[in-house]
Amino acid sequence: MALDRFFRRRRPQQQTGADVPDLWTQCPSCKEGLYNRELQANTFVCPKCGHHLRLDASQRVQVLLDEGSFVQLSGAVHPTDALAFQDTESYLDRLKRAQQKTGRPDAILTGTGTVLGVPVTLAVMDFAFSGGSMGSVVGEEIARAAEHAARHGTPLVIVTASGGARMQESALSLMQMAKTTVALETLAEQGLPYVSVLTDPTTGGVTASFATIADVILAEPGALIGFAGPRVIQQTIRQSLPDGFQRAEFLLSHGMVDAVVDRREQRAYLASLLGLLTRREARA
Amino acid sequence: MTTNPTSLDTLNELEARVHDLEVTARNTGQNLDAAITPLRAEVDRLRAAHTPAPKAALTRWERVQLARAPGRPTALDYVEHLCTEFTELHGDRRYGDDPALIGGPARWQGVPVMLLLQQKGRDTKTKIKRRFGSANPEGYRKAVRLMDLADKFGLPVVALVDTQGAYPGLEAEERGQGWAIAESIRRMLNLRVPVVNVVIGEGGSGGALAIAVGNRVLIQENAWYSVISPEGAASIIWKDASKAPLAAEALRLTAPDLLELGIVEEVIPEPTGGAHLNPQQAAHAVGEAVTRHLRDLMAQSPADLKSGRAARFRRLGAYTETT
Repeated sequence: MALDRFFRRRRPQQQTGADVPDLWTQCPSCKEGLYNRELQANTFVCPKCGHHLRLDASQRVQVLLDEGSFVQLSGAVHPTDALAFQDTESYLDRLKRAQQKTGRPDAILTGTGTVLGVPVTLAVMDFAFSGGSMGSVVGEEIARAAEHAARHGTPLVIVTASGGARMQESALSLMQMAKTTVALETLAEQGLPYVSVLTDPTTGGVTASFATIADVILAEPGALIGFAGPRVIQQTIRQSLPDGFQRAEFLLSHGMVDAVVDRREQRAYLASLLGLLTRREARA
Repeated sequence: MTTNPTSLDTLNELEARVHDLEVTARNTGQNLDAAITPLRAEVDRLRAAHTPAPKAALTRWERVQLARAPGRPTALDYVEHLCTEFTELHGDRRYGDDPALIGGPARWQGVPVMLLLQQKGRDTKTKIKRRFGSANPEGYRKAVRLMDLADKFGLPVVALVDTQGAYPGLEAEERGQGWAIAESIRRMLNLRVPVVNVVIGEGGSGGALAIAVGNRVLIQENAWYSVISPEGAASIIWKDASKAPLAAEALRLTAPDLLELGIVEEVIPEPTGGAHLNPQQAAHAVGEAVTRHLRDLMAQSPADLKSGRAARFRRLGAYTETT
């Protein structure tokens, strides 16, 4: 009896991993408790159901680039509150909290590195920072990454994860859609490839600007990708949305993305694709 | 002051009749002054009766309401006042024709241009048909096609922006709404002809920006332009769309705000009380401003037009930098 109670109290903790976050993570899809070291080795894809967990920017770099190859470019540009935006909380307070949470000035990390030996310039959005929203800093860092790639003759890879343009910078955020496009055209004029990788979720002003003007658009399995959010669409049309609506596979079947690529294959896929597009000699 | 809508309609009708007579006189060379002069006097009298006393400053929400006032001139109203020979061209050659975003070549106060117009509709029936100016992907793809023509034939582009945003529908998503907007932004940025944009009512989000990345972006005094509508922002912040007046303040979305932020080059004055109270005077101001910017830009080389536009948008944003 006593032994039975002892086990009942212990087992749920071990299964959900709720009290030992450093060791275990619960898969948000199949609810399976996953050993973190195993999860990391599997590029944060659930080994049981194949669900692609959301990554922060550093994890993304780790998953995509060759170990030790990353050299950071971003970091010097910091957000300001040009509009003195105040709602239930001031924008400055929101920024401070997001900065403390992520250790980044804003929702973007850029740098250079190699993918199985192929040099790239990489920009990664950080959904953990204010939902990956695009304000002036995200726009500027993406523009600079594109210009860096153009100057140094490397392909550009942008990994998106964003709820869209950042409300607290109003029209200034909106203008980042144009700014990023301007910089990407500089890269295009150099004949260098730009590949976007759309991850869960990618919506709003990011979908309607730099994410979808890439030479090749890849998407992660199951990622929500669209312009308007599902809730807004539902309010407009007043009917329920079909299964799989706005998911990566839905977009593939509608001709909107080039391929849905499992995260575990992305490195090899990108290295091969970029090698071909830049006409690199095959590796021995 | 309150306005009587019936006599306001009468005023606008009279105004239109005067305008028609003037156009006929101009086109045929007939002297119609005998008919025009008394009508014009009546128009002036009615207008004086309708013009509210000037008010110190409007709140941001009051301006949003003026931007949506019933009877506010739509894009086609400006075209009727300012253009001759508007030849509407239909369809995106891929899927369909979008009545929310229309366009084609026209003479803008005598200058051959390519028009891109977000058209809201004037009555309930046309408003529904045109989805209140909220375009589907085929609208933006038609815009791209018309911009291709403009570039090919050296026609400056005049784009009149008036939308709460791109249409958030199921089919719009299936056909790549985000893709279509992004492509339209890119096409406009790459044009080698002059591009002048005017926000004439509502400038909502990416759906507006899609045709608003020109060399000169102008806005009417009581129009708004923002990353999100005040209602949209209010439902995100307070989960309550009726808090839109508060959101309008926070978003700083009025013409004077945007001038201060460097988003627009010029604010086009409206008649006292709003463009709907005197559409002809509003059109006159829009026509004058656009033509002045067009003439200025038409002196520039195609390469300078493109690089100047790129530099304009590359600059925009607010941030600090540590070294």
